[in-house]
Amino acid sequence: MIKLSPKLSQKLSYLILFLATILAVIPVALIVFIIVKNGVSALTWEFLTSMPKDGMRGGGILPAILGTLSIVMSAIFLTLPIGVCAAIYLNEYAKDNLLTRIIKLAIVNLAGVPSVVYGLLGLGIFVMFLKLGVSIIAGALTLSIMELPVVITTARGALNSVPYSFREASLSLGVSRWQTIRYIVLPNALPGILTGAILSIARISGETAPILFTAAAFYIPYLPHSIFDQVMTLPYHLYIISTQIPNMPKNVIFATALVLLMIVLTMSVLAIIARIYFRKYRKW
Amino acid sequence: MKKIINTIIETIIFICGILSIVFVVLIFGFLFKEGFAFFKDYNVIKFIMGQFWYPDSNPALFGILPIVIGSILVTFGACLIVVPIGIMDALYISEIAPKGIRDVLKSSVELMAAIPSVVIGFVGMVTLVPFVKNLFDIPTGLTAFSGSITLAFMAMPTIVTISEDAIRSVPWQYKEGALALGATKWQTIRRIVLKTARPGIIAAVMLGIGRVVGETMAVMMITGNSAHIPNSIFEPVRTMTATIAAEMGETVRGDMHYKALFAIGLVLFVITFIVNFIADLFLGKNKNK
Repeated sequence: MIKLSPKLSQKLSYLILFLATILAVIPVALIVFIIVKNGVSALTWEFLTSMPKDGMRGGGILPAILGTLSIVMSAIFLTLPIGVCAAIYLNEYAKDNLLTRIIKLAIVNLAGVPSVVYGLLGLGIFVMFLKLGVSIIAGALTLSIMELPVVITTARGALNSVPYSFREASLSLGVSRWQTIRYIVLPNALPGILTGAILSIARISGETAPILFTAAAFYIPYLPHSIFDQVMTLPYHLYIISTQIPNMPKNVIFATALVLLMIVLTMSVLAIIARIYFRKYRKW
Repeated sequence: MKKIINTIIETIIFICGILSIVFVVLIFGFLFKEGFAFFKDYNVIKFIMGQFWYPDSNPALFGILPIVIGSILVTFGACLIVVPIGIMDALYISEIAPKGIRDVLKSSVELMAAIPSVVIGFVGMVTLVPFVKNLFDIPTGLTAFSGSITLAFMAMPTIVTISEDAIRSVPWQYKEGALALGATKWQTIRRIVLKTARPGIIAAVMLGIGRVVGETMAVMMITGNSAHIPNSIFEPVRTMTATIAAEMGETVRGDMHYKALFAIGLVLFVITFIVNFIADLFLGKNKNK
């Protein structure tokens, strides 16, 4: 083997690392490009605001958009308060004992459980055992259980990043523990918690597996009336029209993917911008 | 009055903290209950070692070996691609990239994680699958290989961001020491930074594996869904996750097939739990340094 001079080998390695990085970034750009290019022609106001027609081959995707919105909003409404409270408990009150450590370990590991397993649980517990049926509420509960560990983890991170001296200063003035949390810790942790919440919304908007057997309907010709109705959802609709329906016009599939992608990416970009913005104005 | 409100709020917080744990225990108790119910009627050895997954035949056969092999094959292939690229990526972003483009690169990699898996699956179906079919001249492009490529890119954000954290937490004194001894920057990165960050990088890889094993929609759309033991990576396979997602709709609630899918869920849960647990151990190691 030829021995390269250190300088040359450094240059070569840097080049290889750079190429690897490009290789990892290209697919993202490619996916977005392909979807926008092929989907934008079918993306009209009518497509967004009308019901599907001709066995979903024509018409719009309004029920799917509304279905996703209703499930995601219910899920975040359920999971955010409990998750933040649990995070406050773990970060501010819990003593560092065996129980706390087990809880923390459980939360870390639960965040890694596959989403389809949560789907199974949702089916077994909410749909069958609690007899909620395949419905918005069953899907929302499933998604909220799935997202709970993530919400707790990000909220804990945000609380943890508030310097300890802030709390000490407040406590030394005789302020009670809860008041310290309420007026000192929470306001400073709020940006982090909110960013995490936005990312959670983005993540569960695109989830398909957990709602596959808990909420999603193949095709429903009307809009949902209550939280006990089945709904069409965007990700499931995309799955159905891209795999189960023969002779589906390609541009309609792409347009559906584009709508889903826009919802998710807008939210993610919003979170990234918020993070950069808040970092600039942080008080420490 | 203030004191009462205080106590009430603190109690609520405490209850929420406990509640989230109770949920977790309840839920997984339920998974275990349903999963083990299956083993009362079906031999565990026959389940794990059985070579045939024929839930509709008579008598029905529930051997998960083909789908476990499917999962392993796809995961292994994905790791071969993503682990080297991901680590190089993390090194470039944290050590070499100029400040200006660092945030851009990092955000773009993170954006990959935001794209829903069903969208990635669809794009893979219309681009990658025909490409693989033509490139290797095989009857179908819906193969384990296509699945591996797709999953590799889906695991990329996990591996890059966590390795990057590990690399960044290497103490600067180590680097300065090496540089002061006359090592080039690349020698320092390769011999010092990589070695010190190793536990964190291993954790990143484990978490990436966890992500790949648990991925459902994209895999279901791209790997061809054929529950037989494949001879090569260029054949259709079916993973554990895809089996659950694809077949749950056809089962009668409460029958053997339904319970068998819960048993697969239990296996998946145990696998990902072990993988995440190992990752957690390595992450702890990294922090202690």
